[in-house]
Amino acid sequence: MPTSSNLAIQVRGLGKKYMVARTKEKHTTLAEAALSKAKNPFKKNERDEFWALRDLDFDVFKGDVLGIIGRNGAGKSTLLKVMSQITEPTTGEIRLWGRVGSLLEVGTGFHPELTGRENIFLNGAILGMSKRDIQSQFDQIVAFSGVEQFLETPVKRYSSGMYVRLAFAVAAHLSSEILVVDEVLAVGDAEFQRKCLGKMQDVAQTGRTVLFVSHSMQAVSRLCSRAIVLNNGQVDYQGGVKDAVDRYIRLGSAPDDETSLKRRHGSGHYRFDWVRPAMPVFATDEAKEFNFSITKHGDNLSRLILWADIVSESEQIIAHLDSRLDGVHPRDADKLTGAFTFSTPWLKPGRYRVDVTIRSNGLIDHLEGACYFEISPVLPYRHTVQLYEIGKPLVLADGTWRVDGQPNE
Amino acid sequence: MVVRFNFQDAKQTFVVIREGDGEASLSFLGSMTSNLPASEPPFNGSPASDSPRPRQVLKAGGGGASLNFHEIWLYRDLLWALSSREIKLRYRQTALGAIWVIIQPIMSAGILSFVFNGVAGLKTGDVPPFLFTYAGTLIWTVFNTTLSKASSVLVGNASLISKVYFPRLCLPLSVVPPVLLDLGVSLVMLTALLIKFGILPTIAVFLWPLVLLITLMMALGIALVAASLMVSYRDVQYIIPVALNLLFFASPVAYATSEVAKKVPAWAVGIYNLNPLVGLLEASRFCLIGQGEVNAGALAYSTIGAVIVFAIGMKCFKAMERKFADVI
Repeated sequence: MPTSSNLAIQVRGLGKKYMVARTKEKHTTLAEAALSKAKNPFKKNERDEFWALRDLDFDVFKGDVLGIIGRNGAGKSTLLKVMSQITEPTTGEIRLWGRVGSLLEVGTGFHPELTGRENIFLNGAILGMSKRDIQSQFDQIVAFSGVEQFLETPVKRYSSGMYVRLAFAVAAHLSSEILVVDEVLAVGDAEFQRKCLGKMQDVAQTGRTVLFVSHSMQAVSRLCSRAIVLNNGQVDYQGGVKDAVDRYIRLGSAPDDETSLKRRHGSGHYRFDWVRPAMPVFATDEAKEFNFSITKHGDNLSRLILWADIVSESEQIIAHLDSRLDGVHPRDADKLTGAFTFSTPWLKPGRYRVDVTIRSNGLIDHLEGACYFEISPVLPYRHTVQLYEIGKPLVLADGTWRVDGQPNE
Repeated sequence: MVVRFNFQDAKQTFVVIREGDGEASLSFLGSMTSNLPASEPPFNGSPASDSPRPRQVLKAGGGGASLNFHEIWLYRDLLWALSSREIKLRYRQTALGAIWVIIQPIMSAGILSFVFNGVAGLKTGDVPPFLFTYAGTLIWTVFNTTLSKASSVLVGNASLISKVYFPRLCLPLSVVPPVLLDLGVSLVMLTALLIKFGILPTIAVFLWPLVLLITLMMALGIALVAASLMVSYRDVQYIIPVALNLLFFASPVAYATSEVAKKVPAWAVGIYNLNPLVGLLEASRFCLIGQGEVNAGALAYSTIGAVIVFAIGMKCFKAMERKFADVI
């Protein structure tokens, strides 16, 4: 049972407020700012408060690998930014027993013109490693990255895979007692991701404290013992990783909240109330159904066009569903409910986002991240292979093979 | 070992706790009215645990980003890495490479001496116009390059600032070593010119590093204010080059101050002398090639000005640096 003497991180009443300009009146030039001040000297800038984090309380013990999960905009990245001292909290405090090393984006500070070797030193220094640290670990870093032959090549000539491998290799050798990691596994190929996961497990086993943010529930389940679910900047759940993942998947299909309703695009005559997948996890080859509800907030508009985009974790739009193509042009109504479905293409296992749009002559509503769903890691093929062996295709194909005179097994 | 201090600075309480490897250090925070050791840092909400004291406490209004010279020392490898990045990158993918360090100042001194001496006919005293101008451009280049690079270095490294923590002051400071390296090369060139023209520098040459230091302080001070402002208002990046251009003509880089007095009325000279670079440039040229007049009053004015500007720059940077990552 952990006692208070082996605390690594203690967070109390942590809050982070951003001011979001309400109107177009955001001054990016001195002249604009001065002019608007001169016009209305007593008018306060109209800005909305936006609490990215609010009243966070949690403890992390030494040697813990804590997963932080939540939807986009739940405050995960803000939490890590505050934790790694990039930005300061608005309220509350974080007490840290140990040096924090953060890996918020792979390859930050890499310079394309510099060689691999030069970038190792530059990136290491930016991450807070001393030159001596880097020198003593140089060989390990290079071995881990697997780019030995290209050490003297400018990284602009690297493939994106090599680039990411080198960047992760440097960061993975940070020797801080507390390591903060954000979405490193969202990049690189499957094999490298496996290697990264392995490295993270090694780090955890050496008794260092790791905070791990990921959208990949597989990775979180595998790496973490405990997890925190963030929702709208608050702790929604903290506890065992299994319960946290369950909780998160339920949240993933939750209706949208008040805050993001204000922050969305479009004229707002109609708004999506919610979009929900029929199931939080779909199999690759089954029909994926999503229910939706739309409410009218403004004038009558006829002949609406509804769109849904299926977006992968690497922000690629995998599929676009257009109601017109199915002969659906909703007419004016106070409330519209319905569903959209698709079964092809075969999505790769992973997590996907659904963005929905209402249009007529112009944009009426655009809701990014209306819901999320997962594709289960079971491949739809007759013969099983390891997940990482399928390579890097965007989607899976229902391909067949035939060799003449030799029947398939 | 942990040392804990509460700094009472106006309305805000700064709590800075830091621990190196067995050594304790104290952070420096701008101007403080008083500093008193506190038994326990203020703690909002739930009671403090009985665990050993934390290495670091992050909270609003302090603890996090602060001007902290010890911390900058801890990050000296980063400072060096940023500087060497600048040096390495400068002439990469150029055919002539580092030779540009020599060619650039020679070409600009050549053009300037042609225009100011050859065309405009301004006298340069006992030394050849080219040497006179070359000596003038040395300090001007230090000022010009430091100011223009350091003021845009935050915006130029926006991704670093929003993704990684390090003492932000490292960025503007990293501009200085490359400037000094170029200066070193130019000084070697100057020595060659002095030998060629048979001019022996006076004992005053030993005072020249002081002139350099004052110039750097002045440039950095202005740059720190400009850099902090540029994070929110990108206008500054357009103002700086224009201002530097104006300042160039208003400073005795390619002409002597004594020539100004001959051409303009006394009141205009008074305004001209408000430029703190006037004293520095004249002193620099006097130290290097023994040409020009050193005016103690003007030099004192420049020195005090540089110290004040530097202090304001640091204060301004410190006040704004906490918001850099949120705004940039």
